[in-house]
Amino acid sequence: MKGMTVIVKKTTQLIAGIIFMYGIYIILHGHLTPGGGFAGGVILAGSFILLILAFGSDFLHLVKEERGSTMYENLAILVFLLLSLTGLLAGAKIFFANWLPHGTPGELLSAGFLPLYNIFVGIEVAASILTIFLALVIFKEEVMK
Amino acid sequence: MMNPLIPLLVAIPLAGSFLTMILGRFIPGIPRYMALATLLLIAFISFWLLVPGGTASSVYTLGGWEPVSGVPIGLYLIHDGFSALVLCIISVIGLLSVTYSVSYMARYTNENYFYSLFCLMIAGMNGVVLSGDIFNIFVFLEISAISSYALVAFGVEKNELEATLKYQVLGAVASFMVLFAIGFIYWSAKTLNIADIRTAFSEGSQGSHYILIQILILTGFGLKAAIIPFHAWLPDAHSSAPSPISAMLSGVLIKAVGIYVIIRLFFNMFEITEGMATAITTLGALSMVVGTFLAFGQWDIKRLLAYSSISQMGYVVMSVGIGMLVMARGLRSDVAALAITGGIFHMINHAAFKGLLFLNAGAIEYSAGTRDLREMGGLAKNMPVTSATSLAASLSISGIPPFNGFFSKLIIIIAAVMGHFYLLAALAAVVSIITLAYFMKFQRYAFYNVEPGKIKKEIREVPVPMLLSMITLAVVCLLLSLLALPGIRESVLSPATEILMDQLKYSSQITGM
Repeated sequence: MKGMTVIVKKTTQLIAGIIFMYGIYIILHGHLTPGGGFAGGVILAGSFILLILAFGSDFLHLVKEERGSTMYENLAILVFLLLSLTGLLAGAKIFFANWLPHGTPGELLSAGFLPLYNIFVGIEVAASILTIFLALVIFKEEVMK
Repeated sequence: MMNPLIPLLVAIPLAGSFLTMILGRFIPGIPRYMALATLLLIAFISFWLLVPGGTASSVYTLGGWEPVSGVPIGLYLIHDGFSALVLCIISVIGLLSVTYSVSYMARYTNENYFYSLFCLMIAGMNGVVLSGDIFNIFVFLEISAISSYALVAFGVEKNELEATLKYQVLGAVASFMVLFAIGFIYWSAKTLNIADIRTAFSEGSQGSHYILIQILILTGFGLKAAIIPFHAWLPDAHSSAPSPISAMLSGVLIKAVGIYVIIRLFFNMFEITEGMATAITTLGALSMVVGTFLAFGQWDIKRLLAYSSISQMGYVVMSVGIGMLVMARGLRSDVAALAITGGIFHMINHAAFKGLLFLNAGAIEYSAGTRDLREMGGLAKNMPVTSATSLAASLSISGIPPFNGFFSKLIIIIAAVMGHFYLLAALAAVVSIITLAYFMKFQRYAFYNVEPGKIKKEIREVPVPMLLSMITLAVVCLLLSLLALPGIRESVLSPATEILMDQLKYSSQITGM
């Protein structure tokens, strides 16, 4: 896949980082403001997809990236599941129990497990949307060959 | 104290699926053992939960959100007599299919994707069966449906992709209808918990849209269960998939996400009305009769088996429908109980013998390299075990004693006669005879009809793991007929019937009132 012109590349360089930061902000404030793991994860994936579209990437590189994102996807969802299973071992011994201290409502470090869940959902969604994008690109490249 | 094993039934296959993908990359050959271990654990847990079950059912509140003044908040998992039986079917057929896949899938690539999707499908089905919340049923339904779309297309040949596209389009239509119905339910009942919806509906918040909701639910899940007017996807999807997946789809998936949900919702969520009961009985009788005629003309083994699944599912739906009709008319409740028991019993039996028949078809395809009955013949000499097990399964499905199919069909016919549905009873008997006819055709053309010089290459019996699962299922076919004995029937089948018959028990155990 070829890259685009220098104007697009420069603009993308400027804004991709900001989009990435915004995604992280949405994920971390998931328990306080609208949004959360899913919305933030989509934004994170958007910044990666923007970079790939603007700069292009050769086929072998894409395949390698797709393997990496699949791995992140599986690890994130597995950690999410393990976090929910910790509820069976600690506290009230209930699946999905929120046994961490809840803190003061409205602060960034509050709501027990919810920020952790949001972070791993964010990684999962970002990785899986990137995987879907890469799979489609790889499929197209294979057909073009 | 809530039973911590109940959420594990969903969590273990999910963890197995993700771990398979991670470990499968680093250690080649491990995915099959991961899947086997996962399914063994699930089978152990579901039988462990079945044994002390009795009439008691256990409710698990996720995250510990107890009902507030009788109104359930949060998500619930409910394990009762009916879901326990379906969980056992899922885990047993799943375990035997994985055992079979160890040899069968060796010719395919991407082993870790196969076993990962398999575990995901199991997780979805367990979730549908356990969930006590209608939106969660939808979520798990999509998990199992999407992994089954991928599994049907696993060979990535032309006809497989065509079949999966058809399956996907009709599956999406079904999901849309279910979601639409859930939207209507949430709008009118202001809740998504099945028990709470029941309370809201019985308190009279059911307007003219009530019948629309019922029709949407019946159509949506009817598409998943392939009842006759909605069956178009089934023959293609079930015949194109790899054989262990066909066994799972036909043996388990159409029951867990189709028939089970229809029965559960129409008994425990909606109030039984005579109109819907008539509709369900008619659809059941229609699929029973039409499915069997469609199966009769097939020459492709797996298509024949797929159409016969439609016909046998018709028995289940018709029998449960008779139970509903008798209950709606307020007639003898023992007849209704007998009809529902017959339906559930036939559902369990069908999982065993149809799973076995698809595994046999896979074994024939594996060794002889064809699915066309006209190109086979005389396989009984070369494949004695496949021949013997498939004879057992064919006798079961056509209702020959002492195999299990005889007893469930007998119960269904007796219940139909006792409920004065003489036409349906006669149809059930006639369809059973036609079933016998086309399974004799299958036996004759595949195993006995020797025409010299027809098959060129040497055909050998299939590898040991495949034989192991086929023999186990044949034994299960025989053992399941024990469920008809009075002592065993009361402890295994009756709890399932009771939870469906007792209109108030299901909701009272959840709201705690």
